[in-house]
Amino acid sequence: MARKHAASALAVMTALTLTACSTGDDGGSGEGGLSGTITVLTNRTDIVETTLRDYVTEFQKTYPDIDVEFEAITDYEGDVSIRLNSQDYGDVLLVPNSVTKDQLPQFFEPLDTVDALSATYRFIDEQAYEGQVYGIATFGTANGYVLNKKVWAEAGITEPPTTPQAFLDALEAVGEKTDATPYYTNYADGWPLSQWQNNQGSFAGAEAVQIRDAQEAPWSDGNEQYALDSLLFDVVAGGLSEADPTTTNWEESKNLLASGDVATMVLGSWAVPQIQAATETVGGAPEDISIWPMPWKTDDAFQSRVGGDYKLGISKHSDNKAAARAWLDWFVTESTFAVDEGGISPVVGAESPDTLKDFDTFGVQQIELTPSPAGQESLDSDIYNEAEIDLFGDQYRRALIDVARGAGSGDRLSFFEDLNSRWDSARIANDG
Amino acid sequence: MAVMSGTTARVRAAGSRSPGSPRPARRGWKITPWLFLAVPLGLLILFTYVPVANMVWYSFTSWDGLDAVKEPVGFQNYVEIFTRPEIFRVFLVSVYYLVGAFLQLVLAMYFATVLSFSTRFRNWFKGIIFFPYLLNGVAIGLVFLFFFRPGGTLDALLALVGVQDGPQWLGDPSLVNVSLAATSVWRYMGLNFVLFLGAIQSIPTELYEAAELDGASSWQKFRFIILPSISQIVGLSLILAVSGALSVFEIPFIMTGGANGSETFVIQTINTAFKFSKVGLASAMAVVLLLLVLLVSWVQRRFFPEEKGDLA
Repeated sequence: MARKHAASALAVMTALTLTACSTGDDGGSGEGGLSGTITVLTNRTDIVETTLRDYVTEFQKTYPDIDVEFEAITDYEGDVSIRLNSQDYGDVLLVPNSVTKDQLPQFFEPLDTVDALSATYRFIDEQAYEGQVYGIATFGTANGYVLNKKVWAEAGITEPPTTPQAFLDALEAVGEKTDATPYYTNYADGWPLSQWQNNQGSFAGAEAVQIRDAQEAPWSDGNEQYALDSLLFDVVAGGLSEADPTTTNWEESKNLLASGDVATMVLGSWAVPQIQAATETVGGAPEDISIWPMPWKTDDAFQSRVGGDYKLGISKHSDNKAAARAWLDWFVTESTFAVDEGGISPVVGAESPDTLKDFDTFGVQQIELTPSPAGQESLDSDIYNEAEIDLFGDQYRRALIDVARGAGSGDRLSFFEDLNSRWDSARIANDG
Repeated sequence: MAVMSGTTARVRAAGSRSPGSPRPARRGWKITPWLFLAVPLGLLILFTYVPVANMVWYSFTSWDGLDAVKEPVGFQNYVEIFTRPEIFRVFLVSVYYLVGAFLQLVLAMYFATVLSFSTRFRNWFKGIIFFPYLLNGVAIGLVFLFFFRPGGTLDALLALVGVQDGPQWLGDPSLVNVSLAATSVWRYMGLNFVLFLGAIQSIPTELYEAAELDGASSWQKFRFIILPSISQIVGLSLILAVSGALSVFEIPFIMTGGANGSETFVIQTINTAFKFSKVGLASAMAVVLLLLVLLVSWVQRRFFPEEKGDLA
């Protein structure tokens, strides 16, 4: 009997606490009547105590009563996707890539309609579902390959190659005429391999994803996926990459590229400032580090796919959504984050950053991917997950490099055929 | 038992003086063991059995790890595991670790025997052998990554003895698992060593004295005194070695991430769950691994039953 009482008392108390939580303060005094403390999850462990705190100081000039606390997470993608299962994932956070579009409403607060926001912000389609936007990009990135222009110039190349063969020849020349390793895969860290996929659209155009999802065999000649992956294959098979890919190190690779020991890496424009910063420690000139577009042209112009980095969203379970929204809006429009990162500002009409100087010189077209039609938002991820081909991961490209350097079983043909057959069965499985 | 009945007797004696008091005292005595057990049992249930039950449940769904809805799919995940040969192929990698584990047991037994007799710098050697086990697995992974890389510590050492152009220890697919298994041996030998040493030191010294009087050689002392005395520990170590080899994770995950053909079953499970968002299938794989380890332990118990009365 006594136990029963205790149990019901506990239940009542829990219920009370939960109610108290959900009706928590939605603001009070201060600018626009906003106050309280919000928690912001970030992947930037490197600047959480410095730059981000400076932004808060700046933010509090407008909103003195909102206090911002950061939680920096090293393995952001992995940790936060698991934390989404709880209700405790901060007030403002970067939307993890593993959340499929149809899951967005389960975890995030709608910010506004696509139509309303598209006048102000770029890249809003990337985290939108059924016309509602759930996240706004912190900055945009142009994709291509980052290179040490001094090394390339020593090998006699001063303009971006226009065909894959010319690109391979250029790396060959770098290998012969300089002491540098022509290309560095960053195989061991894995995630840099996924940077190749960010170039989707540079070959097939803005509809690249829809085109791929309609293909039975994306890894066959003439298709974008083949163009990207066969280029990586040929670089490795031609002995143009580092000798032992299994012991690479990302932090070290930045120094190697800065000092000219490595000539090229496929990365986004976000990496340029980091490698330019590395020139200060290892010697070298920041202006030698630049980004060039992938080696193919459409309508006689280079194409670079431009996309948003992580998008800031607001937790559906936030107790202080108004203050969270204030921080989000301030961060994407007022803070200097995009400029500091050398990225493209998410605000429509902002100037293009210094890191993309060469893009203007060589007349590179920026491509933004067309969003998937309604009802097919998660088709692409459904197919590649089902096929276990992690386009945005490191598993299959590691296998590709293993085959290319002769360490894995199979050859170029059998490897791409296997990918095609897995892709096609997954497409059929998702057709229903 | 003697102590317990003593307590009861005292309680009874007290009861005869003031009626009413024995009952609460006796009840308290009955609950006491459960009170002591409450915390460990609570932790065990909360952190072991509840998650395992959850995992078994997930294994019958097609959950992606995020969605609020967990769609039940019956035995489909299990069917998939047993119809896709590449899922089981990774167990071949475990063979390397199994061979490594036997080597590790032999080495540990050798060192434990040698160091249980008076040897010069005995404690120093004991410390050196046990030390790697105390290190954090991540630290070991990183240290050995630098050790094995081209031009790293191992290549530098080999160059000193005149071997130039060593192979790529982690880059060569025929060597990578040997390198990783060797790292694993280096790390875990200390644990086996301490287990064996403890068992050996519990052997009464009279046995050695008697054996010496009978003119037994060192080998005979090992074969007929030490080995039978520690057979239980050897059996336990064997089970740990086999189940450890089946579920290798830490060292290959940190050092190569399972790349270059070093993928083990657990790494594959992790990738399935978190890279391909198939938590349901991955849970089923984990359940299969659990059953496999239980099966191996059971078979081993059947073939090497516990010997009772070792030296009798």
